[in-house]
Order: sequence, then C-alpha cells, then structure tokens
Amino acid sequence: MSSTDTTRGSTEPRGGDRLARTDARVIGTSPVERTAIEEGLEREEELLTINMGPHHPATHGVLRLLVSLEGEIVRDLKPIMGYVHTGIEKNCEDKAYWKVIPFVERMDYISYFFQMEAFCGAVERLLELEIPARAQYLRVIHLELNRIHSHLVWLGTSALDLGAMSMFFYCFRERDRILDLFEMSTGQRMHTRYFQVGGVFEDIPVGFARNLRAFCDEMPSRIDQYEALLTRNEIFLQRTKGIGVVSKERLLDLGVTGPLLRAAGEPWDLRKADPSLCYGDLDFRIPVGTVGDGWDRYRVRVQEMRESVRIIEQALEGMPEGPWIVDDRKVALPPRHELSTSMESLIHHFKLVTEGFRVPPGETYNPIESPRGELGCLVVADGSAKPARVHFRDPSFVNLQALRDMCLDGYIADLIQNLAMLDPILGGIDR
Amino acid sequence: MPDAPGLELIAQELNDAQEGSVVGTYHEHGQACLIVDPRHILHVLRWLRDTPAQQYRFLAGLHAADYLPAEPRFGVHYELLNMARVERVRVRAALADPGGEELPELDSCVELFPTAEFQEREAYDFFGISFRGHPDQRRILMPEDYVGWPQRRDFPMGGEPVIFTRDEPTAPGWYE
Repeated sequence: MSSTDTTRGSTEPRGGDRLARTDARVIGTSPVERTAIEEGLEREEELLTINMGPHHPATHGVLRLLVSLEGEIVRDLKPIMGYVHTGIEKNCEDKAYWKVIPFVERMDYISYFFQMEAFCGAVERLLELEIPARAQYLRVIHLELNRIHSHLVWLGTSALDLGAMSMFFYCFRERDRILDLFEMSTGQRMHTRYFQVGGVFEDIPVGFARNLRAFCDEMPSRIDQYEALLTRNEIFLQRTKGIGVVSKERLLDLGVTGPLLRAAGEPWDLRKADPSLCYGDLDFRIPVGTVGDGWDRYRVRVQEMRESVRIIEQALEGMPEGPWIVDDRKVALPPRHELSTSMESLIHHFKLVTEGFRVPPGETYNPIESPRGELGCLVVADGSAKPARVHFRDPSFVNLQALRDMCLDGYIADLIQNLAMLDPILGGIDR
Repeated sequence: MPDAPGLELIAQELNDAQEGSVVGTYHEHGQACLIVDPRHILHVLRWLRDTPAQQYRFLAGLHAADYLPAEPRFGVHYELLNMARVERVRVRAALADPGGEELPELDSCVELFPTAEFQEREAYDFFGISFRGHPDQRRILMPEDYVGWPQRRDFPMGGEPVIFTRDEPTAPGWYE
C-alpha cells in the first residue's frame, strides 16, 4: 500500500518533468503554445504535438517535422532540418574551381547536372567566357534528361506515398534508361562531372544519338502509361484534388518557384523568361495549372516531362558540329595528343591540374531553372584559384517554407501528400 | 538588369530620399549592384519593392559572404527580381564586424519578404549575422548547441576536433 503511494508520488513530478522536456520547448516557443495563443484556445484543448521523422519513409530524406494536431487536423507545423548538412559550401572555398564541380553535384543529388550548370555558368560569367554552340546543345540535352530523371524519381516516390506501388517500378524502369544514357556519354550514372568551365568534358560517343532517339521515341508512350495509371485514378484524385492549395500571391511572397508556382497559374520559367544556353532557339511550352492543388502539381510535372522530350529531340536535331569546350588554354585542358608534341601544352596542363585557373575578382549570381525551381549560385572570386565564397540558393530550401501554408487545417494524411508534391531533396536543403 | 546609368539614377533617388543610404554601386558581368549602408537596408528594400517605377517585388535569394580581410567585413546580398520586366538588381548591405563576441546586426526583412525567414536564419547560423526583428532566429542547419560561426573565413577548415575510437581508453566517455 505504502509502496504504491511512493510510486505515484514519484511518477507525477517525473511525468511533469518529461512534458517540460519535449523537443518543442527546447527549440523555442512550442507550436502548441503558439497555436493556442493565436487561436485563443485553452491549453487543455486537445492539441497534440507529434514528431515526424527524421527517419520516415515519406519525408524523402532526413527531414523532421513537428506537427501540432487537433484530432487529425494539422494546426501547426515546423520543419527541422540540417541532419545531412556536410558543409559543402565551406569546403568549396578550399578547392580549385574545377575541383568544386564534383562537390556541388552532391548537394541536390537528384539534379546534379543543374548544380554543375549553375556553378559553371557563374564561373564562366566571371571569366567572360562564351561557350561553344555544341557544348550548349550538349548541356541542354543532359539538363533535360536530368529533368525527366528528377521528375521520374519524384513521380515514383510520390505515388508510392499515396499507395500506388507499381508506379515506382514503372518510373524507375525509365529512370534507369536515362542513367544508362548518362553512363554512355559521361562514364558515370550519377554525379558525372560532365560539365566543365568552358564547355563539357567530352563529345558524345558514337551510338549515343541513336540510343537517345530511341529513348525519345519511346518516352511519350511511357508517359501515357503513367497518366493512364494515375490521372483518372479514383484514389489518386481523391487524395490530390483540392488539397494543399496556396494562393499565387502567397507563393510569390514565400519565394516559391518552379512547378509549384506554375501549378498555381503563374507561367514563370527561367528557360523562357531569361534563356541561358541555347534555350532561346528551341520551341517548347510552359505547362501551367489553374488551382494549384496536388493534382495540378502532378499534371504540370508530367507535362514538363513531355516538353523535355521535345526539347531533347530538337536539340539533337539542331546540334551543330564543332568543339565541345572553349579553345582557351588558360581555362580548358589542352587535348591529350598535344601533350607529347607541345611544351606549352604540357606546361598549361600541369598548371591547370595542380593549381587550377585563376578567376579575376568579382561576384556574380547565376540563376537557372532546375526541376524544383530557381537554382542560383553566388560565386565571389578574389583573384586566386579558389573561390572566396560559393553559395547556392536551393529551390527545395526556399520552397519548404510553403509546407506550413499547404498543410494548415488539413488532415495529417494530406501532409504526406503535400510533402510529396513539394518534392524536397534534403541533400539540397542541408547542403 | 538596369544598365549602368539606370543604376546610378536609382542610387541617386535613394540617396535623395534618405541621405547616405547608398554608399556605392557597381555594374559588372551584366549585373547591377547597390552597396548599401546597413542602417538603411529596410528603406532601400522597401523603396525598390514599392516604388511604381521599380517594383522589385520578388526576393530571389539572400546570401551572406565574408570579405575578410576587406572592410567592412561582411556582405548580405539580396537578389531582387522584377518578374514582369525580368530584371534583377542586387543589394549588398556592407556590414562591419563589431569585433569580440558581439555580432554584426542588421534589420530583418521578413516583414517585406516572408521568403527571407529561412535564409536569414541560414546567414545567422553560418556567419553570426544577427537579424533584428526576425520572428524565430535560431540555428537552422547546424546543431542547436553548436558554438561558432562555421562559414566565416577565419573559421578553420576542419576546425572541429575529432576524437578517434582508438583514443577511447585514454579519454573514457568521450562519446557522451
């Protein structure tokens, strides 16, 4: 009898202590308290703060969410990230410019060609380099293949989150064909280090164009298959229609770009608005949505895949012959065969590999349209062979701020759907 | 991008509205930049956002940079965008380092551009730039209890001590 009393006596303060030590308190005002104050609720009302992640299959990476629930309704949400922060930007300051390229690829590990393009474009702007036409077309081909690849990974995993298991296999089947193409042209399936400052590493090999054409011929019918599985799927429609709508104005205030913004009806795409490379010569359309719900986001991305196929076909047709990297020996490596006959080439090769090239002092910001929105790279050069500062404006990082607006006053099941349609890549967020 | 004379006109108008707000401009590689006194950063951003002829209503990015050994040491870059005209202008707040434990301070622009919330937290996290009026200024990518500002130039590469497993016998309990 007395022992029961002591147990009860000791559990109560411990219980209170445990409540006070929730994570919500550690990181500042708890979402529960904040919601309670804003909505004039008593604290006793049934708001429950739960922790989702960081290891959760539906967070597409190591993302942690603190969610305040009233029953099944989300009343507040706080993303917590940084679990895969590896200090890439700091490390870039210690590397020669050409060694930074493979580093930045590993930020957003799904859209690695875009990271390379953002960085190389910025350095080329600082060097005032004009890259050859063939290199521009090769870059566009690889960028658009990467866009399809990124959207396929998104489509497969998002459909998986909503319970459509087979979509994952169909999407990864085509993704693998793209990776095979990358392997053929660059030697690597992922993290290819194909783009160089001044052009691309190598010309495409014999047979690549044939394989790429075969892929482009087949891909539209594959996209038809995805759409046949999902677009009129009852479950998919019920899970996505009218869910996660945020007004266009609010999205713009939050800095959201990419398919999320286009799904809300704003036709903003840097490939059209501010064309870099040879995008100005190619004919393609910008898909936009009307409402901005999950279904619109899905439709916009699927249509973008079709447009990317069209871009690749045109780029392959229109690709001129010629050099694939600039002829500037101070920036690009001399061709291999010159090394045994030309002393100057050997010296330049040695200097480029050991020290790297120097970039005149200056700073520039190079924005491009990645599969997730505006990907910008700030490079500050101080005249040495290493950048003084490399910083990426990562679209996932900025877009994630919109998640709270999408999920508020919706069901917790819709949170999964909203997060999937947001398409965050945690490697890019945490860098 | 505003061209070089256009940029000077913007700087002139800003200085007329608020004495000493723009301390310098540069126009390089086709990009325009206003270097701004950090005390007047909100005035400049609000003017660029709301003046009918400017309408830079979209904050595309916010970056921090450390220009050590130059003075003033820090720069906070605001990449502003006018979507209708597809024009960008960069605003750079030139922040001096107060030295010691004190943090350089800057007004937060979250009121003007809600998108800056995460990005200002990132600048605080890595450079120790404190944003006055930020609703929730905490570390965002580094751990909560981290000490130091890791992306400052005087923070050494590999600046964290690594205790190897083989040292466990000599430093018992190091993993706690």
